[in-house]
Amino acid sequence: MSHRVIESEWLAPEVRRLVVEAPHVVRHCGPGQFVIARATSEGERIPLTIAHADRQARTITLIIQAVGCSTRQLCALEKGSEISDIVGPLGKTTDIEHVGHAVIVGGGVGTAVIYPQATALKAKGNRVSAIIGGRSRPYVILEKELGVICDAVYPCTDDGSHGFKGFVTERLKQLIEQAEQKVEMVLCAGPVPMMRAVAELTRPMGIHTVASLNPIMVDGTGMCGGCRVQVGGQMLFACVDGPEFDAHKVDFRELADRLTTYRDQERVAKGNHPCRSGAAAEVR
Amino acid sequence: MAENGKLKPAERMKIQRQAMPARDAGVRSRCFEEVNLGLPEQIAMEEAKRCLECKDRKCVTGCPVQIDIPAFVTRVAAGDFAGAAEVLLNDNALPGISGRVCPQEKQCEVLCIRAKKGEPVAIGYLERFVADWASEHRNGHVATLASPTGFKVAIVGSGPAGLTAAGELAKKGHEVTVFEAFHKPGGVLVYGIPEFRLPKEIVRKEVESLKAIGVKIECNVVIGRTYTIDDLMKEEGFQAVFIANGAGLPVFMGIPGENLKGVYSANEYLTRVNLMKAYEANSDTPVLRAKKAVVIGGGNTAMDGVRTARRLGADPATLVYRRSRAEMPARIEEVHHAEEEGVVFQMLTLPIEILGDEKGWVRGLKCQKMQLGEPDKSGRARPVPIPGSEFEIPCDVVVEAIGTRANPLLTQTTPDLKVNEKGYLVVDADNMTSKAGVFAGGDIVRGAATVILAMGDGKRTAATMDRYLKEKAQRHEGGSGKTGGAGIPSVGRQ
Ligand SMILES: Cc1cc2nc3c(=O)[nH]c(=O)nc-3n(C[C@H](O)[C@H](O)[C@H](O)COP(=O)(O)OP(=O)(O)OC[C@H]3O[C@@H](n4cnc5c(N)ncnc54)[C@H](O)[C@@H]3O)c2cc1C
Ligand code: SF4
Ligand code: FES
Repeated sequence: MSHRVIESEWLAPEVRRLVVEAPHVVRHCGPGQFVIARATSEGERIPLTIAHADRQARTITLIIQAVGCSTRQLCALEKGSEISDIVGPLGKTTDIEHVGHAVIVGGGVGTAVIYPQATALKAKGNRVSAIIGGRSRPYVILEKELGVICDAVYPCTDDGSHGFKGFVTERLKQLIEQAEQKVEMVLCAGPVPMMRAVAELTRPMGIHTVASLNPIMVDGTGMCGGCRVQVGGQMLFACVDGPEFDAHKVDFRELADRLTTYRDQERVAKGNHPCRSGAAAEVR
Repeated sequence: MAENGKLKPAERMKIQRQAMPARDAGVRSRCFEEVNLGLPEQIAMEEAKRCLECKDRKCVTGCPVQIDIPAFVTRVAAGDFAGAAEVLLNDNALPGISGRVCPQEKQCEVLCIRAKKGEPVAIGYLERFVADWASEHRNGHVATLASPTGFKVAIVGSGPAGLTAAGELAKKGHEVTVFEAFHKPGGVLVYGIPEFRLPKEIVRKEVESLKAIGVKIECNVVIGRTYTIDDLMKEEGFQAVFIANGAGLPVFMGIPGENLKGVYSANEYLTRVNLMKAYEANSDTPVLRAKKAVVIGGGNTAMDGVRTARRLGADPATLVYRRSRAEMPARIEEVHHAEEEGVVFQMLTLPIEILGDEKGWVRGLKCQKMQLGEPDKSGRARPVPIPGSEFEIPCDVVVEAIGTRANPLLTQTTPDLKVNEKGYLVVDADNMTSKAGVFAGGDIVRGAATVILAMGDGKRTAATMDRYLKEKAQRHEGGSGKTGGAGIPSVGRQ
C-alpha cells in the first residue's frame, strides 16, 4: 500500500504538516489515536498523532517535529513523495463526554493532538477553550484552525511575542480562576514537563485532567512493552492502554527519564552523518 | 539407488553420527551470520545411511506433522535428493524453517531407535539439507493449484501458522489475503528468531513463493484496529477467517527497577535487532549496546536474547535462570552454541531487583540463589530460594525473556470470540472458534508453543476451512456443490 503525500508545508520552524493518503486508517480512527510511520523501507517506526482524518479524501494529517534523524526524514518529504509504511489507527480514542466547560492545553506539536479532541468535545456540546503554547510567535501552531472550532483560543509564548507572555500553565491557572463557566476537565498534550505542570496545577483543584503520553514505541500493538508507563502504580502500555491517561496518576518523572534512553545516539546523529549514525548506542 | 539397501543393519550401525559444520565460535560471537553451515552432500548421504528403516517408525510418531521421515531419509542415502524433497515438501511446506528451529531432541530424534544405543539419526540436519537443496534446485517449481473456488479467505498474522495456512488454502483454489500488523511478514520468524539461527532470506523466499501462487499479503494492518473481524466478513467479503496472531504480549517479572533505562522485554530487544536491523551500523533504529548484559529466562527466546547481546559486544553476556540447566526448555543445540560463544550460565538464580544509578540507568541485577526442591505441577523440580544468598551481577542492560501471553487487542473488538481464562482462543476439533467461519491456530490457541505446531495447525486448519467453505456452498446451492470459478459464490452472510 502506498502512502502519497498530498500536501506538505512548514507550520513552524522544524514543524511540518503532511497530508497523506491512508485509506485503511481513516475507516475507524477517532480523536486521540495515532499511527506508526516509516519514512523509508529502512526507516525507524515513529508514532505520530492523527491530527485530522478526512474520510472522503481518505487522507490523514500528520504534524511532525524534527527532533531526531527519523523525524527529520519525515519532515523532508515533499508533496508527491511516498511514505513507505503507515499502520493504524493505534491506541484508544479519547473518552469524550458532555462535561460543560473543557480546556484543552497544547504545547508545541502537542497542539496537533488536542485539535481533533476540540472537534469531538464541541460535537458533544461542550464549551471548549484552547490554550496553546510555543517558544515564540512562529512556534504557536493551529491557532486559526482551533479558532474556528473552539469558544476561545489563548496563545501563549515564552517571550511574549504573541498572546500571553509565560507558560501555558500560568494562563490555565488564570482561566480556571476567572472563567465564568467552571472548568470541569482539562486535556493536555505536549512536552512532559508541561504535562506534569498541568497535572500539578489541577490536582489540588480536583479538576479531572487527562494527558496524552508520548513514550518510545516500536510496534504500537502491545507486543514489545517499550512504551510502558506507570499509572497509579500500575505498569500500562501506552500504545494499547492509552495513549491518554489520568494525568494525576501518571509518573511523569519516569516517563521523562525513559524518553532520554537514546538521546546520546541522537546527538551523534546530529553530528557528522545527518541521519544514519551507528545506531547501536553505547550505554551512557 | 539401491546403495542404502545394500548396507546391512550392522554396517549402518557402525556409521557414527555426522557433525554439523559450524562457523567458528570466536568469529560468530561477533557477527550475525548463520551459525550452522549445513551438511555437504556426501556427509548428508553418509548420515542418512544410518537410518535403519524401522517398521514401526518411532521417529514419525514424534513428529508433530508426521513427516514420513524414513521415506525422505532413505532417498537422501541413495542420493535421490529430488525424491527426498518431493516426500518432505508433501508433508511440510516449510522444512527449511523447521529443520533449523524444531526441538528435534524432544520430538523425532528422541524416539529414533538408534538413540537407544548411541546417537539418533540427525533428522533435523537432514531435513534442513533437503530443504536447502530444494530451494536451490527446485527454482521455478510451481505448485499445482486447484481451479479457483471464488471463496475469499482472510488470514490474521503472517507467522508460521498463517503462512502455512495461506499456502494450503491458495493451493485449494481459494483467494487468500494475509493481514500482518508489522511492516514485514514472518511473525516470530522475522522479529524474534535471529538471523544467526534462521536467515531472513529463507523466510523472504517462502513469502515470495506464496505470492507467486496468488496469496496477497497486506502488511501494516492491525486486525482489531484497522479492521475488525466483522468488517472482514460483513464488508470485505471474506467467507472465512483464520486467526494466527500468535501470543505476543510480553510478561514482565514485576520486580523493582523494571522501568530503568536499559531494561527490555525480549520482544522489544529482539525486534529492534532482528526486524529493525539495529545490529547494522547504518540502521535508523537504535538499541543499547551493553558492556555487560543479563538475560533472564531459560527458553529459546532467552537464548536468542543472550546470544544477541553477546554479538552486540556484551562481555560477559549472562543468562540467569531460576532452575538448573537440565530444566531449560531451550533447544539443546542453542545451549551448546551459546556456551561455545562464551555466554555465562548463572543457573538456579532468581532476580529480585534491578538496580539503577542516580541517572536512571541499569547498573546491576540483585539476585538470590535457589536450590531444587519437590517437583511442581509441571513435574520439574521446584526452585526454592536459599535464605541469605543474595548477590549482585553488575550489568547495564537487562533483557526479560520469561514468557508471553495472548494479546487482547483482537479479541477485545470481537466479543463473540470465546477465549479461555488466559485469553487464548477456544476452538473445536476443526479449529473453528465460537464464531462461525472463524478459525484459529498456532500460539493464540496453544499458548507460546513451537513453530512446527503452528505450521501443523495451519495445514490442518486449511483442510477444515476448505471443507467448511465447500459444505457451506453446498447447503446454499441445494447440494450442487461446485461453485465454479466465476465470482463470489452465493454464500449467505453471517
Ligand atoms: C525469540 C523466539 C525464539 C523462538 N524459537 C523457537 C524455536 O527455536 N523453535 C520453535 O519451534 N519455536 C520457537 N519459538 C516459538 C515460535 O516462534 C512460536 O511458537 C511460533 O512462531 C508461533 O507461530 P504463530 O504463527 O502462531 O504466531 P507468530 O509467529 O507469533 O505470528 C503472529 C503474527 O501475527 C501478527 N499479528 C498479531 N496480532 C495481529 C493483529 N491484530 N492483526 C494483524 N496481525 C497481527 C504478528 O505481528 C505476527 O507477525 C520462538 C519464539 C520466540 C519469541
Ligand atoms: S526411528 Fe530413526 S532409525 Fe528408525 S526410521 Fe526413524 S530415523 Fe530411521
Ligand atoms: S509500542 Fe510496543 S507495546 Fe507499546
